[in-house]
Amino acid sequence: MSSLEENVGRDWQPTQWRNWAPVLVALALGAIDWRFGLLFAVWLASWWTNAVLARGERRILVAAVFGITMLVLWEMAVRLFAVPLVILPAPSVIGARIAISLPILWGDFVQTAIKGALSGYIMGCGAAVITAVLIDRSKFLQSGLLPVANFAAALPIVGTAPILVMWFGFDWQSKAAVVVVMVFFPMLINTMAGLRASEAMQRDLMRTYGASYWQTLAKLRFPAAMPFIFNGLKICTTLALIGAIVAEFFGSPTQGMGFRISTAVGQLALDTVWAEITIAALAGSAFYGAVALIERGVTFWHPSQRRQR
Amino acid sequence: MNWIRTHVWPIVAVLLALIVVWYVAAAWMNSQWTLDQAARAQTTPSFGEIVADTMAQERPKLPAPHQVAYSFYDLVFDKKITSRRSLVYHAWITLSATLLGFAIGTGLGIALALGIVHNRAMDQSVMPWAIASQTIPILAIAPMIIVVLNSIGISGLIPKAIISAYLSFFPVVVGMVAGLRSPDSMQMDLLKTYNASPVQVLFKLRLPASMPFLFASLKVGIAAALVGAVVGELPVQQGGLGARLLGGSYYGQTIQMWAALFMAAILAAILVFTVARIESGVLKRLGMAR
Repeated sequence: MSSLEENVGRDWQPTQWRNWAPVLVALALGAIDWRFGLLFAVWLASWWTNAVLARGERRILVAAVFGITMLVLWEMAVRLFAVPLVILPAPSVIGARIAISLPILWGDFVQTAIKGALSGYIMGCGAAVITAVLIDRSKFLQSGLLPVANFAAALPIVGTAPILVMWFGFDWQSKAAVVVVMVFFPMLINTMAGLRASEAMQRDLMRTYGASYWQTLAKLRFPAAMPFIFNGLKICTTLALIGAIVAEFFGSPTQGMGFRISTAVGQLALDTVWAEITIAALAGSAFYGAVALIERGVTFWHPSQRRQR
Repeated sequence: MNWIRTHVWPIVAVLLALIVVWYVAAAWMNSQWTLDQAARAQTTPSFGEIVADTMAQERPKLPAPHQVAYSFYDLVFDKKITSRRSLVYHAWITLSATLLGFAIGTGLGIALALGIVHNRAMDQSVMPWAIASQTIPILAIAPMIIVVLNSIGISGLIPKAIISAYLSFFPVVVGMVAGLRSPDSMQMDLLKTYNASPVQVLFKLRLPASMPFLFASLKVGIAAALVGAVVGELPVQQGGLGARLLGGSYYGQTIQMWAALFMAAILAAILVFTVARIESGVLKRLGMAR
């Protein structure tokens, strides 16, 4: 047994050239242009670090190393090749821009994410859940609405943004309207699927208890629908932010993420654009994370919420 | 016959109800303009006259369905398809960018998924970011990509295709990784007892097993690619359905906007339907059709 392990341990020697091939590539690239060589060497070093780290169970660390490497490479590439600001600003420049214009970014965030996206999200998802419950008793309406909703969910609904901006004016109301239209159908489909998720055995049990329709709905079918409902809610977080931002491209007050992005792009102030995109990404992740957290609390019984060992 | 009663008739009823709601809404929303006009002319129109007028305004707030249908027919069938006024021309511009971007995004997505499945380091480094990126409103960078690429001399099809590719890329990666991992350990062990190489495992087990997952994400991806192309056409007025939408909103041409919107909807329906047809064909040949 031990001799076998020794053999395995020495196995790398015949394939030694493979281990050194990347270094040779780095040197060759460096010979063409030392900047390429340097970038490749940094990439190689971090990749090697990750390859070692990935053998253990340090998933967060590996992902963090990868993300940081990307930022470092981006920064180095921009600086080494002197990429002009109007094409790609370095991460440090973007960071500085965020630090300087925090009040503006906060105002934009409130205008777009809170007033536009969140209000529309609540209205749209609420309306969809209520609709699903209302048509729950009618087989006819269900079999009519489900294909229509399925079809509508695949449509480029963002395209209604200019029309809704015309109807509801430039302020957040029109953004909320776009978000309502965008999130309604995915949410409706998921809720309808969820309301059908309880099993016949479980429904029969409720019937033997003499439970009324509404009791069955509140005590069995709605809780059973929660994983589906939260799936819809999570999909809709991204849709809501997209809807609110894109709607601002069609007209907005002088505030908001979409407004800032489109005007800053016009002025070629790309550091502002990237700062705004960073905020949008953070807002999107935070929004999603918040919904996922609520989901963990509500559907604690579902197998997908079990802690992975 | 029974199938028609249980499946077709409800859909028709819902669609008819939608059209009725639309007509009522059109009459209601456009009546303000009619009343203003009447007040200016110092006449008092009857209810019937008001309704008739709301159905035939030049720039209504909400065009009536038949106005949109007429305009759509006019722009699609009565114009030469090479003319800049034809919707088919604009739809083609959007469609070409969508398809190119979708092809690029799908290809890169599958390639990355293959890497993720076969390399542990890649899995742990890239996968969390690929999943996290789904929560980000990526569409926000569309204007920047268009303008930046324009400033370095790339314009037309490519920038839009890049946005489409970007949007369809992540769903494909996530779906394909799940699909390539879907064979259970029994199946993997069986291939191991056959002494199958990783390439053989890939082609004989993993790729076939991943097909349902792939097509599910392709349907999401192609719809996203179309949205990307439409939004990518907003910043520069070089044709396409997005440009028609924005142009319509600048000049108050609401009927034209609705016609463009319907064209986009039809395009999306055709694309998703095509993918679904390919899916059912492929799954049938693989013996996985349900």
